[in-house]
Amino acid sequence: MTADAPPPPSADPAPLRPPPASPPPTSPPPASPREAALAGLRDSIGVPMLVLGASYLGFGSLVQGADLSVWLGLFSTFTGWALPGQIVVIELHSLGASLLVVTAAVAMTNARLLPMTVALMPYLRARGTPAWRYYLFSHYVAVTAWAAAMRVCPTLPPEQRLPYFAAFGTALWSMCLVTTAGGYYLAGLLPGFVTLGLVFLNPIYFMLVFVADARHRGRILALVFGALAGPPLHLVSPDWGLLITGVLAGSLAFAADLALPRKKADSDV
Amino acid sequence: MSEQDLAQDLAQNLAASPWWPYVLVIVAGLATYFWRALGVTLSGRIDAGSRLFEWVACVAYAMLAGLIARMILLPNGPLAATAAADRLGAAVVALAIFFLTRRNIGLGVAAGAGALVLISWGRAFF
Repeated sequence: MTADAPPPPSADPAPLRPPPASPPPTSPPPASPREAALAGLRDSIGVPMLVLGASYLGFGSLVQGADLSVWLGLFSTFTGWALPGQIVVIELHSLGASLLVVTAAVAMTNARLLPMTVALMPYLRARGTPAWRYYLFSHYVAVTAWAAAMRVCPTLPPEQRLPYFAAFGTALWSMCLVTTAGGYYLAGLLPGFVTLGLVFLNPIYFMLVFVADARHRGRILALVFGALAGPPLHLVSPDWGLLITGVLAGSLAFAADLALPRKKADSDV
Repeated sequence: MSEQDLAQDLAQNLAASPWWPYVLVIVAGLATYFWRALGVTLSGRIDAGSRLFEWVACVAYAMLAGLIARMILLPNGPLAATAAADRLGAAVVALAIFFLTRRNIGLGVAAGAGALVLISWGRAFF
């Protein structure tokens, strides 16, 4: 049973090892689930909130540019909460796409949330937590909160992990609702090249989050292979390119990590 | 009027109504949450230390790296109007500042986005 597995942290089956080389933002370690939630709140305030908030300024201005209402933008951030998929809806709506096309495009854009959720959940599970809480807070699985939880949660005792993730996500989500509206009303005021910078924050931020996070050799290889394969496979098939990239490059990285000789502390590289 | 005509008529009326974008957003939200819920359901059967788990993590990382590279090299929307060389240059600036400032994500991101804004603004004059 996953819930009973004592140390899920590092992927190797090796016994308990010291926490990763670069210290997680929460030091000293929180003493209770409540403190872990406060730590999650604290960690989200700062760079994650600033950058993702700014990205949602960009989303708000996109909604305004498409002649849709601010309420639609807020509704999208509230229910969708994964920026690439939200952008797809607005763009396809402007093109007059059918419901089927929009659904398929969003489903494919966000299919990455499945492996992300599967990868994160074992780090969040603790004995005695009702299942509905996992289903509720899985709504927060999106790059920023996911990357933070993947980094910090393995270093926390099991009962503190979901509170940390839930608080981190709630704070981030709230801020993005505010900046969606902010971007909507700012859109008319900002010159075009400033809007460009706002939109560009997305990929740059995601890129640095992953570079900062790279620790396990297999996952570093997955990042490199994925970055190399992503653009050409997108040209081959805009619809399926991303999924194929993940499965191909991810499997290749996984196989390479298995095949290459294991170094002594390769999870701390 | 056959049933099929009626359904088609209804769909057309709905697509023309002011509520249509909300229908799209609701369906998109369901399509998004579907993956998350399925992930929660499936994860109970995967052991965190297992090789299957590590493979799934590799797939997720590769997919996101591919998405990020695609957003920088082949973007949709307003970024498509900028030169690929400018975006690549700005990404390199972001990485350089990130490592020079002892892995400060905030400064790296600000430098990268700032670089793209400055380059695009500069190009307007030449």
